[in-house]
Amino acid sequence: MLLIHCPYCGESRSELEFRWAGEAHIARPENIAEISDEAFAEYFFIRDNTKGIAWERWRHIHGCGRFFNTIRDTVSDKFLLSYKAGLPRQPVPGASETVEGDAA
Amino acid sequence: MDVGHTNKFACVETDACMRRKATIATRLDLRFVWLHDRLFRLKELKADMRKYSVFAVAREAMRSHKGWEQQWTSPEPRSSYDVIIIGAGGHGLGAAYYLAKEHGITNVAVIEKGWLGGGNTGRNTTIIRSNYLYEESMDIYEHSLKLWEGLSQDLNYNVMYSPRGVMMLSHNTHDMQSFKRHINANRLYGIDNEWLTPEEAKKFCPPLDISKTARYPINGAALQKRGGTARHDAVAWGYARAASDRGVHIIQNCEVTGIRRGPNGEVTGVETNRGFIGARKIGVSAAGHSSVVMQMADVRVPLTSNPLQALVSEPLKPIFPCVVMSNTVHAYISQSDKGELVIGAGTDQYHSYSQTGGLQIITHTLDAICELFPIFRRVKMMRQWGGITDNTPDRSAIQSVTPVPNLFVNCGWGTGGFKATPGSANLFAWLIAKGEPHRLAQGLTLDRFRTGRLIDEAAAAAVAH
Repeated sequence: MLLIHCPYCGESRSELEFRWAGEAHIARPENIAEISDEAFAEYFFIRDNTKGIAWERWRHIHGCGRFFNTIRDTVSDKFLLSYKAGLPRQPVPGASETVEGDAA
Repeated sequence: MDVGHTNKFACVETDACMRRKATIATRLDLRFVWLHDRLFRLKELKADMRKYSVFAVAREAMRSHKGWEQQWTSPEPRSSYDVIIIGAGGHGLGAAYYLAKEHGITNVAVIEKGWLGGGNTGRNTTIIRSNYLYEESMDIYEHSLKLWEGLSQDLNYNVMYSPRGVMMLSHNTHDMQSFKRHINANRLYGIDNEWLTPEEAKKFCPPLDISKTARYPINGAALQKRGGTARHDAVAWGYARAASDRGVHIIQNCEVTGIRRGPNGEVTGVETNRGFIGARKIGVSAAGHSSVVMQMADVRVPLTSNPLQALVSEPLKPIFPCVVMSNTVHAYISQSDKGELVIGAGTDQYHSYSQTGGLQIITHTLDAICELFPIFRRVKMMRQWGGITDNTPDRSAIQSVTPVPNLFVNCGWGTGGFKATPGSANLFAWLIAKGEPHRLAQGLTLDRFRTGRLIDEAAAAAVAH
């Protein structure tokens, strides 16, 4: 079972309190009624399914109820960072910051 | 052929000796020709496969079982093939077999990064059934079930297909309505499925607790009698042996690290840890790693890889006659021919390539098993493991051409790919050979995520299947 840190509660809690909510930083197209079927499929269905370092959303559903983002290694399942929703994609802790172009 | 025997007889001068020498030379020559031919044929994988039969067993019993041959060979890769299949699980090996058998394409390699049948083929709970709700699903799973019925004979390999019946427990009114809908849909489509009262269910599966005071009381069950189990390893081995016999190269411990493309974007081969191997067509059948392999060709597929666990008990004497599944409390169980209770758990909620899973998932399943079958409460569990399943948004498989010319994909079988093995392999071979899907697999293309014509078995099954 995973131990997950909620950045709002400031505590690491059992996975049972949380619900996985998919890949992070996927923005809904603003003009969703106008985009092509291909673009909609890309937005709605296609995911990176990364093997390795992944940015993803979790929800502390049986705690504060809030969504937040994490960085997790999907091979070891080890969490590297939890950060609040709304923040831009965070750099991998310990990695060179220049690699992450859009890092805050 | 000069076999170098002349020096040995150089001192012999008489006519008689010369004649003798010539005779020996001829015999030696023949021997060498035979041996060379034999070695050459072995090398080229054309050695005649010795048929397995009761007579073969008797013959080998007479000579200390020294005559059994390797079931398949492990050749060095050629520089290029007509078709390369990535992933030597049941689906990939089967596709290679049907390419050779039904489409006459024998210049085929199946490339596997680990060992043959070591992924989900060797990690599942071996349940076979075809009682799905939607026509697209019924088409392919029933095609598969029909192939299961004759597979041991077709492969000359005992895959131990055992139609012992798959029973799905109904616990409430919603279950009953849903299962009866399945039963009607199946029967209208020519697939067997029947409704049982709790008493009939108990008669079919005596260990079942049908008392009104049970923690999870049942109000009936749906039974597919042609459903059952098979021996998962034997399926991979049987396809490997039969494919190898038809000239297919099975290359294990060879990891694909890239897919090379030509000037028009078409595939030209694969980069591997054993060098480049050319291919006119590539079929990807890599289960949980399909996303990773497809990204090598810049194709993104709608998959999420989740761990799925299973476990087996210590071996028991025969006590459990069929497969029982309960969608509502999420448990499924059968007994293998070795006597182990084979139990499947659910998927973890997060995406992962760890080939393991959370302990709470299996304890949840075991809680349910102990309530449904109180007699198993003191049984010890022996082994537990995880595999990585590739799940689509609608929980139905993908078998499709891709935006990349000559690249084909067979993935998304998620938590229920074993039962589909022969059917999926058979239709994937058709797709690769003809370049377009077979009638029975038409609905499974990638295109459905653009058109919205999903096959929503997730809502129809609500269980790992």
